[in-house]
Amino acid sequence: MRNAFGQPQSVLVLGGTSDIALAVLDRLCAQRTRTVVLAGRDEARLAAASERLLAAGATTVECVPMEASDPSSAPATIEAGLAAAGGRVDLVLVAASILTDQLEVEDDATATSQLFAINLTWPAAALAALRPRLLAQGAGQVAIISSVGGVLPRRDNYSYGATKAGLDFLGIGYGDSLRDAGVKVQVFRPGFVRSKMTTGLEEAPMTIDLDECADAIVAGLGSSAQVVWVPAKLRLVFGVMRHLPRPLFRFVASRR
Amino acid sequence: MSGHQELLAGWGNTAPSLAEVVRPRTEVEVAEALASGPVIARGLGRSYGDPAQCAGGTVLSNRGLWHLSPIDLATGTITVGAGVSLDELLRVTVPAGFFVAVTPGTRQVTVGGAIAADIHGKNHHLDGSFMNHVASFRLATPLGEVTVTKDSDPGLFWATAGGMGLTGVVLEATLVLLPIETSWVSVDTERFEDLDGVMAAMATGDADYRYSVAWVDCMTEGPRMGRAVLTRGDHAPTSALEGRAARRPLEPPAAPRLMVPITPPSGLLNRLSISAFNEAWFRKAPKKADAELHSLSSFFHPLDGVDRWNRMHGPRGFLQYQFAVDDAHGEVVRTAIERLSSNKVPSFLAVLKRFGPGNPGPLSFPMEGWTLALDVPVGPPQLPGVLDQLDEIVAEAGGRLYLAKDSRLSAEMFATMYPRASELLDVARRVDPEGHLSSDLTRRVGLTH
Repeated sequence: MRNAFGQPQSVLVLGGTSDIALAVLDRLCAQRTRTVVLAGRDEARLAAASERLLAAGATTVECVPMEASDPSSAPATIEAGLAAAGGRVDLVLVAASILTDQLEVEDDATATSQLFAINLTWPAAALAALRPRLLAQGAGQVAIISSVGGVLPRRDNYSYGATKAGLDFLGIGYGDSLRDAGVKVQVFRPGFVRSKMTTGLEEAPMTIDLDECADAIVAGLGSSAQVVWVPAKLRLVFGVMRHLPRPLFRFVASRR
Repeated sequence: MSGHQELLAGWGNTAPSLAEVVRPRTEVEVAEALASGPVIARGLGRSYGDPAQCAGGTVLSNRGLWHLSPIDLATGTITVGAGVSLDELLRVTVPAGFFVAVTPGTRQVTVGGAIAADIHGKNHHLDGSFMNHVASFRLATPLGEVTVTKDSDPGLFWATAGGMGLTGVVLEATLVLLPIETSWVSVDTERFEDLDGVMAAMATGDADYRYSVAWVDCMTEGPRMGRAVLTRGDHAPTSALEGRAARRPLEPPAAPRLMVPITPPSGLLNRLSISAFNEAWFRKAPKKADAELHSLSSFFHPLDGVDRWNRMHGPRGFLQYQFAVDDAHGEVVRTAIERLSSNKVPSFLAVLKRFGPGNPGPLSFPMEGWTLALDVPVGPPQLPGVLDQLDEIVAEAGGRLYLAKDSRLSAEMFATMYPRASELLDVARRVDPEGHLSSDLTRRVGLTH
């Protein structure tokens, strides 16, 4: 059960090898988290993640298969994940995501549909499968890792941004639908975070490293905010940017 | 009997969860609710944390179990339904010249809840806790009903004492009342500029008073750290009354005069406002006053004057940290106050009391020595870590936290602080073999079988 500070005892991670998710889990395991279920594909990396979390304070780490490119498999992953957690779970962290090069996907129908499957359709299907289980357990928390890339469309990552915009939109409505059921749903919008996903990319202003990002997410998990910007000042930045005329925004965004 | 879905939280308004709430009025309906799990009983929801919540299960409100027998004047006992509150009970017994043997800081608790938490009051150092004054009770377990006394089934009697509802649902209880001549309390008040002064006065002088409590300011630092107001007293005899009090010697407790109608934003109670409140409280108290007459309400239940005062802490809620340590570890009281003030944690006046020996209950909280309880709003980012460190210090000293107040203890710490928890689980397995009874608290601290 989550305690008065919202600290979970059990966590199910969808996208169990995500750098951000594991950095968050390091911190949660130092608090109250003892049971972790990692849903992922790469068995070697899942095994390494298990070792790491056991060292961080978890007592049970289970791994369940997840094939994000096939949204029809999402319910099975949720089923297996909840079973491995003991039938109920305090926190579900939705962290599965890929970041592609815009130029590589924008003319490629297959790559684009794959990007949408992994970043949006699979998580959406998983959340739908999860919803009745959350209602039945009468308590819990869902944290959805969105991105500031989904706030405003930019020339150089609009496809990725569109998947995150969809997930973000879904997450906020999903949260409203569970508000009176004792389930807290939060959408996290990190900016540019240095991680394996962003290796080799040109850094954006206000780039943060993984530790700062994880600290901010853990602090956000204990808050009542429905949307958490990481870092918090991005909320102000985007508050201004979204009011810029499109030509001016294009200019600013292309200059970065 | 049909119920409804309701989001329930404790008095601290943290970690709410959804459950089916049923309100049985008969023993048959109670048995029906216990036929499947998970299920837990709930009274007036004054526990601060999650013991009367059952996420995804059934919460059985005991407020339908409401009846009062006549007071047996020969034995000074009364038999009451478990859903009767101490407030409702005192309205009947005080005019008849009887008080409850043990009352906590609020009258808004049910008799069932008082048993499940084995509540204590300002007289623990002399009179023990609530269960020391329960002659018998009837308990509905998943296996059926049973009348329990200290002699008929001591294992079940003491496991139910402070057992947080894990042995069943209390249906009714026979309480041994305390005869009183008046509804007034003769109170001696003394102000102390530091913690050592008040602790020394309590250690040496409390035995002379039935009731004793000190309000300690946890926000002053330096030489005046832990300044305190000590109030001690006993029920006043008729001869002590004059004027209005003499004309109405046995007045029932007053209803609340004020109410907090809405939940203001979190942060209204902050370091500044709480410091100011503590300062005012300290200045208001006389340096020394003897044998002043206080009403029952103002002496025992000062916060009952404001209905729903818990809303003042805002939507984020608050928690109470209450621990007990034995006499050899009185320094933990000082350490706790120092840690909070040095970490800038805003805390209302803390309540410091002396405890007498605990009772045989496997989850009995009191132990001969000290108990400190303090209210803290949720919000300061350093708070979870500071309290985890305090847990270590308390456990190291052989002390423990009070489950009726707890909302954040880890399973590991619970096991360290309550090494006899397995005795309760043995009894629970006997009366609830399929494990129907459980709560958010029991899942959180691992008190499950």
